[in-house]
Order: sequence, then C-alpha cells, then structure tokens
Amino acid sequence: MAATQLLTVIEPDGGVNGHDVGMTNDELLHCYRTLLRTRAFDDTCMKLQRSGRIGFSIPNKGVEATQVGAASALQKTDWLFPSYRDFGMALYHGVPMADMLHNMFGNALDSAKGRQMPVHFSFVEPIKFVSISSPIGTHLPQAVGAAYAMKLRGEKTVAVTSFGDGGTSSLGFHSGLNFAAVWKSPVVFLCQNNQWAISCPSSGQTASESYAIKAKAYGMPGVLVDGNDVLAVRKAMLEAVDRARKGLGPTLIEAFTFRMAGHSTSDDPTRYVPKEQFAEWEKKDPVLRFEKFLAKKKLWNEDVRAKYTDEATAEIHLAVQLAEGTPRPGIETIFSDVYRDVPAHIRKQGEAAFDLAARKGDASAGDGKFPL
Amino acid sequence: MATLTLLQAVNDALKTAMRDDPSVVVFGEDVGPKGGVFLATEGLTKEFGANRCFDTPLSEDGIIGTGIGMALNGLKPVCEIQFQDFIFPAFDQIVSEAAKFRYRSGGQYTCPMVIRTPYGGGIRGGLYHSQSGEAYFCHTPGLKVVIPSTPHDAKGLLLASIDDPDPVLFLEPKALYRQVKGEVPEGKYKVDLSTLRTVREGRNVTVFCYGAMVPVCERAAVQAAEKGIETLIVDLRTLLPLDEEGVIEAAKQTGRVVVVHEAPRFCGFGGEISAIIAENAIEYMEAPIARVTGFDTPFPNTLEHHYMPDERRVLDAIEHVHNY
Ligand SMILES: Cc1ncc(C[n+]2csc(CCOP(=O)(O)OP(=O)(O)O)c2C)c(N)n1
Ligand SMILES: [Mg+2]
Repeated sequence: MAATQLLTVIEPDGGVNGHDVGMTNDELLHCYRTLLRTRAFDDTCMKLQRSGRIGFSIPNKGVEATQVGAASALQKTDWLFPSYRDFGMALYHGVPMADMLHNMFGNALDSAKGRQMPVHFSFVEPIKFVSISSPIGTHLPQAVGAAYAMKLRGEKTVAVTSFGDGGTSSLGFHSGLNFAAVWKSPVVFLCQNNQWAISCPSSGQTASESYAIKAKAYGMPGVLVDGNDVLAVRKAMLEAVDRARKGLGPTLIEAFTFRMAGHSTSDDPTRYVPKEQFAEWEKKDPVLRFEKFLAKKKLWNEDVRAKYTDEATAEIHLAVQLAEGTPRPGIETIFSDVYRDVPAHIRKQGEAAFDLAARKGDASAGDGKFPL
Repeated sequence: MATLTLLQAVNDALKTAMRDDPSVVVFGEDVGPKGGVFLATEGLTKEFGANRCFDTPLSEDGIIGTGIGMALNGLKPVCEIQFQDFIFPAFDQIVSEAAKFRYRSGGQYTCPMVIRTPYGGGIRGGLYHSQSGEAYFCHTPGLKVVIPSTPHDAKGLLLASIDDPDPVLFLEPKALYRQVKGEVPEGKYKVDLSTLRTVREGRNVTVFCYGAMVPVCERAAVQAAEKGIETLIVDLRTLLPLDEEGVIEAAKQTGRVVVVHEAPRFCGFGGEISAIIAENAIEYMEAPIARVTGFDTPFPNTLEHHYMPDERRVLDAIEHVHNY
C-alpha cells in the first residue's frame, strides 16, 4: 500500500479484482444498511434545520463509505476519537438514532445534557465514541494518550482518531503523529480528505503530494485509499489496526473522498466549489458504488434498497418524534459537571439564577439559529 | 453618511484601510473568496487581490506567527481568527511573542498588528462558538484589547487599531453583527483607543459594560427609568489600556455601580473595574458594587439564554444597588 497511489477495491463494474473480501453476507449487508441509515440521518437533520426545528447540522453526504469502512475494522472494545462528521461510525456500532437526535435537539435526554452544539456527540456505549470538541485537531494527541494506557495495561485494543484535511494543519496533528511514532502507539490516524476545509481547497492546505505521505517524515506508514470505496477503506484500516494490535505502531490513512454538500447548514458551497467538481463526484457516489458490488454478488436489487430505506425512514421518524417531544434540560444542568462536586461559588450562582427566575420569570430563548 | 450594520462597518473599515495603505494585508481561514464565515471580509480579495487578502491553512498559530513576522518587517497585518474560541492555539504567539517583542528588544522590534475575532454568545454556538475570553488577554501587558458596540465605533476603532504602533486584539460582538445598525461616516476617521463612550446620562446608578452587553444594558435602563431610576451607561470600548480616570469619574457621579459582562465572573474584567473603584473612590460608594456576568461554568448550548446576562438580570442589579 502506498502513500501517493490510491488503493481501490471496488471496480467501476462492481467487481473486486480477486480481492478477498473476507466478510459474510450479513456483514456486507450491515455495511450497506449503515450507509443508507447514515444518509437518511443526514438528510433528516438537514431538513430539520431548514425547517427551523434544530439549529445546526453538518452534512455527511458523500463521505459515508469512509466512515462505514473504517468502523467495520474496529471492535467494540476499541476507542474512537471522532470528528463532527462521523455519524456513520456511531451508527455502524449501534448507537441508537434517538440518542444522536437527542444531541441534535439539545434536550434533557442528550448524553451531554444539551450543553454542546448539534453533531458534537459523546457516547460510552456500545463503543467509546469520545466527546467531540469543536477546536480542530485537539483530539489527535488525546488518542495517542489513550493508546498509551492500552499499551501499558497490555490490552490488545486500539485508538482511532478521525479528522479532516484541514485538521492536518493543526498543532495536534504534528504532536499527535510525532508522539505516536516515537512511542509506537496502537493508534490509527484517519484523515478524511474531503478536499475542502470549509472554503479552503487542499491546494491551500498543503504542498505535499498527498496527506498520507506526511506519515513518512514522522516514521510511520502512510496509506492513500479511495474513500468512496467501503472495502478499500476497510482493507487499509484492518491492516493498520492489525499492526497496532501487534505492537508495531501507528499508521496514517488518508481516505480520499468529497463533501457532496456545504461545510455546514450555515455554508453555501456554490460560492466557492466549482460546479464541475460536484458533477464529477455525483457520479462517484459511494452508496451507488457499494450497490454495484452487492449486485454483482447477487445481494442487491432495487427492492433491497427500498426495504432498507423504508426501515431507516421509519426508525428516524420515531426517533425524531421522541427527541423533539423531550423537554429542554433543567437549569441546574448549567451548574453541574463543571467539577465532580459543585464548588460554593458556582452553587451560589445557581441559587441566584433560580431565585431570579422565581421573582422575575424565566429568561427567554432565542430562535436557536446558528448563523455561521 | 451610510447606515450600516456592525458587520458592514468592519468590512468598510478594512476596505478603507487597504485603500489608504498598501502595506495592510488581511488573512485567516476562509477570509478570501468566501469572504469570511460571517462575510466580514467580503469583496476584499476581489478588490485588492489574493496577495493582500487570502486564506491560510487551518492553523491559528501559523496565522498569528506569520502575522508577527510581517509586522516586524513593515507590513500591517490584520489577522482574522474565525471564532475567538479558536484563538488558543495562537495563545503562545500572542502572549509570549506579539505582546513582548517591543519590551524584550528594547524597542528595536515591534509588532503593529491587529487580530480581529468574533466573540460572545447569543447564536446557539455552545461551548466553542460563544466564549468571551477578553480577561485572558487583558492580563497580558503589551497587548491592547478593543471591543466596539456600534457600527460607528467598529469602523473608527478598527481604523485606529490598524494605525496603532502596538498589537491590538479587536474583539467583535458577533451577536450584534447584524443586529445593530447605525450611521457610519465615509472614508477614514478614527475613534481614539482608551476612550470611554457615554451611552446614556443618568444620576442614580452607573452601569459599566462593553460589546454585546451594551444594548442589553440600554434596554434595562429604559425599564429602570420607568421605575424612576436614571442610569448612566458607560461603554468601556477599550479594555486595555483602560481609561481609569474616566471610570473613576463615572463611578463617583452616582456612587452606585453595576458592571456587566458575558464572560465568567471569577477573575473577569468586572473584578478589575470593581478594584479600581474600590481603590480610588470607595468613599463615594453608597452601595456595594454589583456584577452581572456569565456564570463560572462553560458556555451551555440549549440554555444559553439563562447563561447570558439579560435585561432581567441587569435591571435586578440596578434596582438592588439603587435601593440599597
Ligand atoms: C482550531 C480551529 N480553528 C478553526 C475552526 C473553524 N472550523 C470548523 S470546521 C473547519 C474546517 C475543517 O476542515 P477539515 O479539517 O477538512 O474537516 P471537514 O469539515 O472538511 O470534515 C474550520 C476552519 C475550528 N473549529 N477549530
Ligand atoms: Mg475537509
């Protein structure tokens, strides 16, 4: 595998060129189902935002195969340090859609108690999906530290951290890769190169031949893989995870893909993404690509898609009802979890807030729109 | 005179400075063709070319570090940090470098540069798109810290900051970007740094505030007036170096003081204002100084309206110090 040559498994006609897929039909269909659920989740969140029912979302269209392929190489005992665009990884491992929607609505059942913006998930079950931070790149060295703990205790688990092309310019990218290589940490760095960091194209982000090639200077393997190909991403991830479990150290994987939408619900990509690029990548849709492969294996026809789509639609419909019907978190959640024990000065501020609400009424909520 | 939003006034100031002085360069994440995520730099690349307004890789440390080098060597960088919450990778460059170059080189090397960044809550941005970090920077000798609250001041203060011989952190209240409109003179004019603005005269209570809290305090003052309390509102607009004499004078005028900011209370700027008054005018005080601030917690998302000081809280404090 190479740092500048694209690793591909699924051919345009759906064939795999003799590649040993090594997955049961059920496993393959789980991947497919997750692709569709991820796309449906994204689509629903975009609509919820457009109709003013949630404040914000991050589009996911076009990058689902990277997430599903990568997640499929992990065990539930592994740790994920994800980015805000990683819906598919959570869904693959069985995070209930309702739990994700509780975050999107910021309600009382949200695992983070409505404190974070939408798409900033945090789950400990069924897999460690570590609380997402907005500042780019901070989680890379954190994954290396978690991996250090795994190694120290002799566990055979790995930490995977996922970030964007823009994230490779952060301080955390450098310290993360450097520490991991020096320590031979059981870490996989997954760079999801969707070619844009908001409006900045890769040409404005790096002068390297690829992102994967940066691995060489840190002293670890770098692999460039077709990010719209579930099986190629899975292959690269399996190898990297295997290396990590064997104590051979970290790997940097660059999954080359494309964000088939704006950066966020606040962004208008037509201001800066060339029309032709959208048209070109529309044809490379990762879901269609995987369908071709499944069809060749006689696992797919339009009915299979319809069945899974209907299932996903019903699942989301119920989850939205549940999340939207759940009230806001209580005011006390502003003051809890700052520390384990609430210090006196924070307790006093909380009491004053309750007292004022009792005397003068509640503060009024804004319209919940995020204008970025 | 044109009527502009605060955001348009910032854009106008940048254009005015770039037309006036070819050494002014503007850069940061997404400021080029996209014109910035809030559109503060819209049209600059088109008018002045990609050599003078351009996108950088995603590194705040890189943005400020290279800005310092440009400033050392004769350019006038106006760096944008997309959200104040993302300034911390550049904290070292700002605090250890930009703020100390003049002192540590005996005045041989200086960093006349501006760092613009939107700060504050009110947009449902949660923990990392809402913070007010002014206190971290006000604790840094060598830096200037400026926060406008009107379109007129945004342009005049930004032009003064760009002309200033020292590094200026220019914090823009993003909640007001499109919310406030006002008359803005055409062409170049400056609002002197380290001057206060009297927003409203009043003889009963003095309220010190800045940025997005100014309109909140104005609304509270209207409600207080209905109850017969006349409020003097002072917009601090430059936090560092502060017009201390002006603060003391305004405090003495009423002997009853409320300080308002969105940032957490502990070690917040309100503590500095309170201490200055306690040290210089305590014998004029008729009531304890009251602070209305964000809570000493991270910034929440769904409940941000409870976190941020609103008219309710400001009015309650005004009444409290008035009736003391
Ligand atoms: C330290 C920091 N600076 C700036 C931002 C604002 N920001 C949010 S996402 C983003 C672009 C990220 O691009 P990339 O890493 O390629 O990830 P993608 O969104 O494309 O998945 C920027 C600049 C941020 N969140 N953190
Ligand atoms: Mg990207």
